[in-house]
Amino acid sequence: MTHSVLTPDTHASRSASRRHLLQSLQSVDTIQRPAQQPAAVQQDPSAALIRATGMYKSYRKGKLIIPVLKGVDFAIQPGEFVAIVGQSGSGKSTLLHLLGTLDEPDAGEIHFEGNRIDNLPSKAKDVLRNKYFGMIFQFYHLLPELSTLENVLMPSMIGQGVMRYWWNRREHAQRATELLDMVGLGHRLTHKPKELSGGEMQRAAIARALVSGPQMLLADEPTGNLDRQSGTEVMRMLRSLNREQNLTIIMVTHDSTIAGMADRTVRLVEGLVERVG
Amino acid sequence: MFKLILSWRYLRTRYIALASIISVTLGVATLIVVNSVMAGFSQEMHRRLHGILSDLIFESVSLGGLPDAQWHKDEIGKALGDDLVGITATVQVPAMLSFQVRGQWITRQVNLIGIDQETYADVGDFAQYLLHPENRRTLSFLLRENGYDERLPESGWEQRRLRIEYQRAFEDQLRQVETSRRAALGGPSPSEELATMLPPSDPYGSIPTDPYSTTHGQHQKVEQFDEAKEQFTGVILGLMIASVRHRDPDGEVRDYFLCRPGDDVNLTFPTSPPSGHAPSAQSARFTVVDLYESKMSEYDSTFAFVPIEELQRLRGMIDPETGVTSVTSLLIRLRPGANLAEARDRLMDRFPADQYAYRIQTWRDMQGPLLAAVQMETTILNILLFLIIAVAGFGILATFFMIVVEKTRDVGVLKALGAPSSGVMSIFLSYGFSLGTVGSGVGMVLGLLFVHYINEIAAGLEWLTGREVFDPTVYYFQEIPTEIEPLMVVLVLIGATSIAVLASVLPALRAARLHPVEALRYE
Ligand SMILES: Nc1ncnc2c1ncn2[C@@H]1O[C@H](COP(=O)(O)OP(=O)(O)OP(=O)(O)O)[C@@H](O)[C@H]1O
Ligand SMILES: [Mg+2]
Repeated sequence: MTHSVLTPDTHASRSASRRHLLQSLQSVDTIQRPAQQPAAVQQDPSAALIRATGMYKSYRKGKLIIPVLKGVDFAIQPGEFVAIVGQSGSGKSTLLHLLGTLDEPDAGEIHFEGNRIDNLPSKAKDVLRNKYFGMIFQFYHLLPELSTLENVLMPSMIGQGVMRYWWNRREHAQRATELLDMVGLGHRLTHKPKELSGGEMQRAAIARALVSGPQMLLADEPTGNLDRQSGTEVMRMLRSLNREQNLTIIMVTHDSTIAGMADRTVRLVEGLVERVG
Repeated sequence: MFKLILSWRYLRTRYIALASIISVTLGVATLIVVNSVMAGFSQEMHRRLHGILSDLIFESVSLGGLPDAQWHKDEIGKALGDDLVGITATVQVPAMLSFQVRGQWITRQVNLIGIDQETYADVGDFAQYLLHPENRRTLSFLLRENGYDERLPESGWEQRRLRIEYQRAFEDQLRQVETSRRAALGGPSPSEELATMLPPSDPYGSIPTDPYSTTHGQHQKVEQFDEAKEQFTGVILGLMIASVRHRDPDGEVRDYFLCRPGDDVNLTFPTSPPSGHAPSAQSARFTVVDLYESKMSEYDSTFAFVPIEELQRLRGMIDPETGVTSVTSLLIRLRPGANLAEARDRLMDRFPADQYAYRIQTWRDMQGPLLAAVQMETTILNILLFLIIAVAGFGILATFFMIVVEKTRDVGVLKALGAPSSGVMSIFLSYGFSLGTVGSGVGMVLGLLFVHYINEIAAGLEWLTGREVFDPTVYYFQEIPTEIEPLMVVLVLIGATSIAVLASVLPALRAARLHPVEALRYE
């Protein structure tokens, strides 16, 4: 049964990392999962955290076919901070959505920790997004009905049943409060998103993306809607998360200064990757 | 968990949705009120019908009735065994009642019932519908001195004596005036003239006629019978036979009595002829001794009760040689909780239709059409009101679609955070469920309050509109009867809530099917 969830891979470290992912997927309901990177991955530096090969994606509107990605190959090592740049409409968001399993490629494969994830059943993808990936959007996308704290708690609520969540509600609230403290919103817990500024909302969104201890952060123009100062603040935050907690970050941007703050830049041109730096 | 908190938040922040379930609330309240009133009505009606009719009615279709009542009673006792609690014999015949009001003859068509004073009260609540309190305790066909219902102050012996005294004084006076006038004019003897002038107080000769003793000795009794001291055989009339119900100028409903206890009436009914002879009409004079008010107009306007022996004697239902009496029906009361239909079937087996021309019915069979009509009315009202709630369901559907469209981006976010489609769907389903619960819960409270204060509300409406909402002349109930059936309330709540849930299924499915990427791009 578990084999249908994940298909075998030819990667060298596949058995060790797959075992890890399988175990985690089997115990999707537990909050106790290693916050640290799995030993197997750290021991093998050549192992990519996420690897996309030959990715094709086109949108179809009636007879009109708009090809967006035309065979993207691309790998990111654990602990890397990568910026994806490209012209507007070049397919940056599309690529990020594919990596985050929000969409499926027409062709090509995506491997996470050595396991193919693009063809997983939707339940397993839900678990991946909930526990392994954190996502940040240009327009923050906080839920307007919920307070800042509740927004940050949302991934934990989604990942667990009522009983288990209720049982651990203090730990969850504590962790969320710590994260909000970290992003400088410790005093705004009960405020609704409407009562926050753009920068504050984006920081709350970062806290939300971190709450379940993801291995990878996917950020789609996190500073796109912010003024320079808030943008820099958000970037410093991402930078230090990457440095201090060894968090892998993939960030889409079209601001070259922002892109310059990343370890590495990947440029998308005409549906293909053009490596820079 | 997130489903609960989100649907709760949507409930708290989307008052438009609450507005959309007001129709559910009203529908539920109306359903509860209507069902309670209908149940109250039919329960009250059942209670009354059942009180008037006994559990089982065993009747002969022929005019002559069941020969040998005692043998039938014994056989029924054997067939029913322990279930039998009471049995009484009656003679029921169609009859014409006539009496005089201020010189005018009034006739009514009645259902004349001869009852056994000792046992009739065993099979039904007959006695409790009588107006004289003593008669309610022990039934008697003798006229009481006074003390009838407050509506009948001028009744009983007191009144009878006064009336006859007045009548005699009036006749004397008339005779004197006539004598002096005749004396002055020198006309014919006044006593001859009087017979044509005065309305005859009794056209049949003032005493009950006896078909078995048509001897000349009767004439002597004519002289002896003193209306002021004696009475004829008693008769108990249905209240509506003896009265007209009307409304005062100031709106009070009153019964105007045409005849009261103490008055004399005539009854004409068919005899039970020996075979080979045709039935003939038989008349006799009776004294009204009490009135009967069951508040079921069908009965109050047709029933007249007399002692069974008298009716048997007058109709010739006593065999002159053996003294064996026949009756037309036997009324049977069963042990409480006994299965009526089953007992009826046992009797039907004992008296098969091809050998005995008897009709054996339960009281429900007798009142089948009426009870069925009430039942059908209730059903139709329920269907109509549920349609109203269904219409409300479409309102909810539309509102929910709006909310789902409005929440498209949030749905995308939830999916990006790993919420499964089923979870997204259940946000909206539980939203619909809680709206339905709130709507029908409020409706239930409103409905129950309405039922509880229904008479006060009716009075308030009367005061407001100046029109009578509940007219006692129409319904024969002093107030609106209600009966809250818990099962009905539960079913209504379940029905209304499931309509709300059903209405949220489509929008919820739409939300669940939203593609996360498209939902996130949605602005
Ligand atoms: N649902 C869709 N149907 C048709 N075409 C689409 C759809 N979604 C995206 N596209 C097209 O795909 C291309 C890539 O879109 P995408 O959003 O990935 O670009 P982007 O690089 O993120 O641009 P930006 O920098 O403006 O955010 C665009 O040309 C867009 O028009
Ligand atoms: Mg984009």
